[in-house]
Amino acid sequence: MRDRNDVTAPTDNGASSYHNKITHDIICFAALGVLILALLVCNLCIGSVEIPLRDIFGSLGSGGRGADGTVRSILWQIRMPRAAAACILGGALGLAGYLLQTFFHNPIAGPFVLGISSGAKLTVALVMVFLLGSRVRVSSWGMILAAFAGAFLAMGFVIVMAGRVDHMAMLIVSGVMIGYICSAATDLVVTFAQDADIVNLHNWSQGSFSGITWENVAVMAVVVAAALVSVVCLAKPIGAYQTGEGYAVSVGVNLRLLRVMMVLLSSILAACITAFAGPVSFVGIAVPHLVKRLFGTAKPLIMIPACFLGGSVFCLFCDLLARTLFAPTELSVSTVTAVFGAPVVIAVMLKRRKGRS
Amino acid sequence: MGSCYFEVCGLSAGYHKEPVIRDISFTVRRGEILALIGPNGAGKSTLLRCISGQLGIWSGSVSLGGRKLSDMSRQELSRCMATVFTDRTHAELMTCEEVVAGGRYPYTGRFGILSEQDRAIVRDSMEKTCISDIRDRDFHKISDGQRQRVLLARALCQQPDIILLDEPVSYLDIRYKLEFLTTLQKLVKERRMTVVMSLHELDLAQRIADRVLCIREGAAARFGTPQEVFRDGYIGRLFGIERGSLEEGSCVAELEAAAGAPEVFVLAGNGSGRDTYRRLQRDGVPFATGILYTHDLDYPTARALASEVVSLPGERAMCGEQFQAAKRLVDQCTEAVVCRDSFGPWEEENRKLLEYILESGKVKK
Repeated sequence: MRDRNDVTAPTDNGASSYHNKITHDIICFAALGVLILALLVCNLCIGSVEIPLRDIFGSLGSGGRGADGTVRSILWQIRMPRAAAACILGGALGLAGYLLQTFFHNPIAGPFVLGISSGAKLTVALVMVFLLGSRVRVSSWGMILAAFAGAFLAMGFVIVMAGRVDHMAMLIVSGVMIGYICSAATDLVVTFAQDADIVNLHNWSQGSFSGITWENVAVMAVVVAAALVSVVCLAKPIGAYQTGEGYAVSVGVNLRLLRVMMVLLSSILAACITAFAGPVSFVGIAVPHLVKRLFGTAKPLIMIPACFLGGSVFCLFCDLLARTLFAPTELSVSTVTAVFGAPVVIAVMLKRRKGRS
Repeated sequence: MGSCYFEVCGLSAGYHKEPVIRDISFTVRRGEILALIGPNGAGKSTLLRCISGQLGIWSGSVSLGGRKLSDMSRQELSRCMATVFTDRTHAELMTCEEVVAGGRYPYTGRFGILSEQDRAIVRDSMEKTCISDIRDRDFHKISDGQRQRVLLARALCQQPDIILLDEPVSYLDIRYKLEFLTTLQKLVKERRMTVVMSLHELDLAQRIADRVLCIREGAAARFGTPQEVFRDGYIGRLFGIERGSLEEGSCVAELEAAAGAPEVFVLAGNGSGRDTYRRLQRDGVPFATGILYTHDLDYPTARALASEVVSLPGERAMCGEQFQAAKRLVDQCTEAVVCRDSFGPWEEENRKLLEYILESGKVKK
């Protein structure tokens, strides 16, 4: 065989810029981590009842004892699971957006615009209304399963459309359309289900992190963690897929398997979010772009964890605003995410246009 | 390695049950360049996609060094075959070096992290393709010519035995066309790689290829060395050239000649008449010319554009026969153009012709 070692000795000038990049990445990751911690603390402190920082640490240190009863239950039963959910689901949203943008080679793809969240919302609403009627409580797993079915169906529709339309704007339009159809159907279901419990459902169908329990958090943590690990393991083939599908094949990527995995994982993530928080808009589109700018790279091995952390920061921040901005009235989290996310999408489209001309 | 290193045997494939290529067979030796030529849509790209494994094979087989590609794992295959295709390369926020490093994919571990040796190979590939100076530039902000060389460097990083290229120099200007092909040629000789590439530039195909395979309507037509393929008007037939012509010896194209009886006689030779022929063609004036030896620089253009050419093979001396023929043509024409006024001793007839033309008064001032 040939000699594969017939190469020149490494030079130093390449190595230093390489190390600079690594330092930059570490700083960015650290910044995201600090932001998450800070926002978590804010989310626990701020609200209709202000809880001083001291009490929080005291409560955490004593494992829920200390402090008085109300504060303790607000902290442990309401704020903590809610903050944890915003953190986990936000990360899942960022990651789902990244996967979909990569899969469709489309910078404005995301679980919400492609109608995947709405598909999941419809099936979850159907299952909830049906089971509420028969007085059976839906478990977290049941919700995820229902949402997954809806997400998967919507995703299937979008993929079929992607095969037929060659323009990326048309793909988004068809996704938005399926989103509207599913939302309309959901509203119909919710309107005609005359149960007192359905009020919650209405809140949920607008997108909200309220009413999350520890059991929910445990389930979503397991599902999202599994998905995150799987995506990280796919980082290498995703990197090749990003540069071009034909090229990915020529370097030995099993294209079909990779595609199936990306569809499954993004559907699972989108389903998980929708099952617990309803459809949350724009996080999926905006976060990957913001993160890409922050890190100055599109490398999957950086982007995957970074999108997750970025999504967490984004959602924690937006949920904080949603809860506190017009307290005691609570905004739907989608309202807030749209305010911050939509400008990013517009900026992306303007930039692309500029890049083309 | 055997004499036929890369072998394609009875290959058929297509899209959506519609066959695009049928029963194509050919062999290439190690270290040889095979050029695929043929009309647009004949199936060159499909053939390349099929060989590379991007498109399923319906029947037939492809083997490299005696081993069937279908028996190799994806990783094995990607370690011995690389591609430079025309698909758009998405490389958002990637430097040229990062794009090139993508070629190390088949050699890196689970997460694709480059070892020191991988980095050295990336640098080496970039040096070989003369792109070391642009390695930190954004891939989307370099010229087309540089981009093609980056993609070639990426293919080299795979340390392949065979490289497939699909129209690698289309859209490049002539400087980059030559630069790219020269680089490729050097690499092939250095590393004893085999190259299969489709080319629309027939002149360059004729010059760079060791073997040429003509593809027509999805099937293999002529296959051989450039000398065997570029002859007897075959290229014109392959492409169905109806208007204009292609001179196969040096692959020079001429536009469609003006039709009709000659109106202008051009006294030319020694390469002095080509520009006049082309000017007359642009003006749409049919013309006659002479007396030319068939090895004259003017001769291919005259053949392609003139209504009538008085000519004779190089091993004979001019004689009265050609002079009479040329004189008749001068008489027929209403105008004459003289492109030269000095003649060698072997072309006394041309000197006489010049005198005759000047006497006739048909030369316009």
